[in-house]
Amino acid sequence: MNRRERAEALLLAHCEAAAQHTPPALRAAQDAGCAVFAAQGLPGVQLEEWRYSSTAPIADFALSALADSDSAAPGASAPIPNSICEVPAAFRDMARPLAASAPALLGALVDVKEHPFAALNAALLQDGLHLRIPAGRELAEPLRLLLPAARGLSNPRIVIEAEPGSRAVVVQEHPAPGAAEHFCNAVTEVQLGAGADMHYVLLQRGNGLLVCNLAVRQERDSHFASHTLTLGGPFVRNDLSLSLAGSGASCEMNGLCIAFGGLLDNHTAVDHAMPQCTSRQLYKGVLGGSARGVFRGRVRVRPGAQQSDAQQSNPNLLLADSAEMDSKPQLEIHADDVKCSHGASMGRLDDEALFYLQSRGLGANAARAMLVRGFAGEMLDALPASLGPILPNFSAQLRECIESALAAEAAQ
Amino acid sequence: MADSPMLQIRKLHARAGEARILRGIDLDIRAGEVHAIMGPNGSGKSTLAGVLAGRPGFEIESGELLFEGAELAALAPEERAREGIFLAFQYPASIPGVTNNYFLRASLNAIREQRGQEPLDAMDFLELAKQKMAQVEMPKELMSRAVNEGFSGGEKKRNEVLQMLLLEPRLAILDETDSGLDIDALRVLAQGVNALRGPGRALLVITHYQRLLDYIVPDFVHVLSEGRIVLSGGKELAHELEKKGYGWLEIAPGESGDSSEASAGSGAQP
Amino acid sequence: MSEPTPAGAQARTETGEIESLASREYAYGFTTDIEQERIPKGLSEETVRLISAKKQEPEWLLEWRLRAFARFLQMQKQGHEPTWAKLRYPAIDYQDMFYYAAPKQKPKLDSLDDVDPELLRTYEKLGIPLEEQKRLSGVAVDAVFDSVSVATTYKAELEKQGILFCSFSEAVREHPELVRRYLGSVVPYSDNFFAALNSAVFSDGSFAYIPKGVRCPMELSTYFRINAGETGQFERTLIVAEPGSKVSYLEGCTAPMRDEHQLHAAVVELVALDEAEIKYSTVQNWYPGDREGRGGVYNFVTKRGACRGVRSKISWTQVETGSAITWKYPSCILQGDESVGEFYSVALTNNRQQADTGTKMIHLGRDTKSTIVSKGISAGHGQQSYRGLVRMGPKAQRARNYSQCDSLLLGDRCGAHTFPYLEVKNASATVEHEATTSKIGEEQLFYCRQRGISEEDAVSMIVNGFCREVLRELPMEFAVEAQKLLGVSLEGAVG
Repeated sequence: MNRRERAEALLLAHCEAAAQHTPPALRAAQDAGCAVFAAQGLPGVQLEEWRYSSTAPIADFALSALADSDSAAPGASAPIPNSICEVPAAFRDMARPLAASAPALLGALVDVKEHPFAALNAALLQDGLHLRIPAGRELAEPLRLLLPAARGLSNPRIVIEAEPGSRAVVVQEHPAPGAAEHFCNAVTEVQLGAGADMHYVLLQRGNGLLVCNLAVRQERDSHFASHTLTLGGPFVRNDLSLSLAGSGASCEMNGLCIAFGGLLDNHTAVDHAMPQCTSRQLYKGVLGGSARGVFRGRVRVRPGAQQSDAQQSNPNLLLADSAEMDSKPQLEIHADDVKCSHGASMGRLDDEALFYLQSRGLGANAARAMLVRGFAGEMLDALPASLGPILPNFSAQLRECIESALAAEAAQ
Repeated sequence: MADSPMLQIRKLHARAGEARILRGIDLDIRAGEVHAIMGPNGSGKSTLAGVLAGRPGFEIESGELLFEGAELAALAPEERAREGIFLAFQYPASIPGVTNNYFLRASLNAIREQRGQEPLDAMDFLELAKQKMAQVEMPKELMSRAVNEGFSGGEKKRNEVLQMLLLEPRLAILDETDSGLDIDALRVLAQGVNALRGPGRALLVITHYQRLLDYIVPDFVHVLSEGRIVLSGGKELAHELEKKGYGWLEIAPGESGDSSEASAGSGAQP
Repeated sequence: MSEPTPAGAQARTETGEIESLASREYAYGFTTDIEQERIPKGLSEETVRLISAKKQEPEWLLEWRLRAFARFLQMQKQGHEPTWAKLRYPAIDYQDMFYYAAPKQKPKLDSLDDVDPELLRTYEKLGIPLEEQKRLSGVAVDAVFDSVSVATTYKAELEKQGILFCSFSEAVREHPELVRRYLGSVVPYSDNFFAALNSAVFSDGSFAYIPKGVRCPMELSTYFRINAGETGQFERTLIVAEPGSKVSYLEGCTAPMRDEHQLHAAVVELVALDEAEIKYSTVQNWYPGDREGRGGVYNFVTKRGACRGVRSKISWTQVETGSAITWKYPSCILQGDESVGEFYSVALTNNRQQADTGTKMIHLGRDTKSTIVSKGISAGHGQQSYRGLVRMGPKAQRARNYSQCDSLLLGDRCGAHTFPYLEVKNASATVEHEATTSKIGEEQLFYCRQRGISEEDAVSMIVNGFCREVLRELPMEFAVEAQKLLGVSLEGAVG
């Protein structure tokens, strides 16, 4: 058995142990996930979806963090992965444990065969959060979901039903755990009813391994905006899939990742299934040090989805020779009355602009930091204003991260 | 039939997509005449131009539209063009990769073929184009650029008038050709248009402002409001409108709802 | 006045109008009735040995073929026949075709007088007269008919400048040291499934060698013709440009209309040394199959150029209007510092045609530069994908790439897809990729029609305009042909 196979065996033993505690309402989902994970295991780079992202760090984590429980008899002693996230008091009336409500939406939006880590999440499923935002309700403040930051494996599962006409800003916050021995494998499913509006912010920072699946289905005339903000991390993989399943639906998919090491992989897929839908994607990457960035974005326009309007853009800044970026924007168009475009670029900071700033008295580092912040700033500007209380903290972290990394690089 | 109108519009109702825009237009235009159609935004001016030229998506619901005695509705846009109807577009499309020179020659030769004339070869065409370009003071390099691509607003309008001069239509419709032009450009374009005036030709000038009509002096002015001609008169009507604004129309005779009663000028009804 | 249509022009949709146009026949669909010799159907080591023996090849080449064949079998066993492309076709039975078919002729041709007049007539019909007095001025032609080269014009004139231009078989006989040195050096037989197949069974092709400092005074061209039924064509082209030399090479291809699919699996290798320049243009017009997708050529081709020398340049221009299926990615390996790679492509898929085409630009040297301009047009049930890779290696300091991929859709049953891969391992490199997908604008169409241009001509004009950046890269005569071809290929089933 090689490392990966051993890790898979450990994870599977974990799943089987967890199964003994699975509440009856979630058993079907758990069984399905377990079967797929048993058959497919951890994805390898031979898979097109994973060609730039080796999951070796996940295998390493499993080998070191789960091995202890493996040495004991598998079963009762295996720690149950933490699937619960905190919901602020103001929103408790909308929240129920998944184990109690077991909504039909659970597992309906993420295909576990396509997403190996969604399969693993299901296989470890013990509970989760079910949120139902009532029709027409407008949330007065952002709904902030703080995901667990405990050591070991966490397995959050969130299902959100935004009923027609509701409006919400949701923040899914992955805090930086103190220790590196952390692997968070989150799956979130969101359904937007007709005319519903939602901003979904993923705040990711820190030093744990993170795999995040977010799947969204939009009904007629709904609007969804995602903001994936990632600050570093040894291994971050985001899979965002959006289905525009009602005519007139629109979405924005914004992403910013800044890294000076590690692997940051953003995968998006937007499916124009119905006519007159609009999608906008803007993912920006700033990569320094030994960071590796990956972007793969797929836009699909189905037959009959006329007047689809899709734009996708992936500009990247490479700050160091040892950094690497792989980008794979894709258009798959099966209707003719469409406006679709995509673009991707990779380059370094503009020498002219640097010189200009320096000629105005800025030091080289300060000038670089200013340009990087300018490049990144657009993504922060796109955030909903109601994020006010949360954002300054993140912006400050972002600034600090850029400045310290640039200073460290310059010092070398 | 010698003095029967070149264009006869009778009780024309038309829609653009879902919206009913023209609600009973009556208008006669004879060879040699210049008619101006004025009216506030949304009154149906551009729809009328589109219906005359056969713009796809514009549908005649009822009424008659005769050009030289023939039913226009039965003709494809290119057939109308070959019959001598020319529309100077308010927003002409650009065609990347196709040079203006190539486009204009293809257009002219298609129309010459209809007239039973030999096609012009590249050299002869260039010679002709040069003369006409001088008339609208159009820089030569615009001929080797892609059709309307990256043209300024003024260049596009010049290009439209240049095409009109080349194609020598029987009926030329100018759709807001003055919009976005400064006075100098307006003067040059008006010169070009006036050069085309003559006994065999008619002009339909669509404009929001009276300004253009100082340069292209019309024989008749019609005011369009909510899809009907509510007022017709001579060139002085344009000045009156300029002074009083379109708001004045709300209490103007148009309220009778029947455009024929409301038309005061001789041009609208024979 | 032209006849008024009974339904009324208003009611006619763009789609209906274009669809109602009569389908133009494929102009090159005739067959030549000529006595031919073939080796038996099927693929085995024996087939490989037979082909090699027919061509009286040296031992080293036979061994190379056999190694390639072994690799092919291995790949077949391991399931390495490519499936990643967005193409659909039934499995190919590699045993159910002829691998060698040649018109019967004298073993060695000394002049065109020895060429079967029927063959000369065939090429004349294709617009490629080969006879001394009629031949195209300024273009030297190597005519490949099924599995063999039947004639090469202007050979003597070219030889005066030291330029070698001949069939591949002749090159093996006359210039074995050159062939041996470069064969498989850009596309090794193990490169991919079809390259392995080609390396095992290739029967002929063209060879060009431009000596140091020589600028080839005329266009070199190969005209490929498939004639025999149930026969695959596997040719190989090798062009070597010594330092400071320059050459422009064209290829054209046609095939008869047949109900069965025919396989064409070619390999093209280009080598450009210091400051050499190779321009390679293709107008691919293999039989595309009928409206229902019966018949047509499977065009599975590996084309690659190595810019080995400093400031060398390789430029690919292709106009792909034919074939039932096109699978090709003419690529550049930019090894020499400051070398330049270009890819200009127009691909048109109509009816049931499918194309998965694009390029790879592998930047290895510093200050290398590549440009990709791809224009895809899909009509009818046509499906096409742009698939491209731009890779900036760690040593590709200041390397630059610009890619522009535009797709035009005519009708709501076709598809256009874009799959670029951008891999950057060097922070000083710049990569820019842009792609758009759209249909012909209704405003554009109405504008043209208001100026008296028929809808059909307007569509053709707009499509040609859309492709202009690519067409202008073609040598003059080819550009005109390509432009006509686009018009003809669109006629009939655009909808």
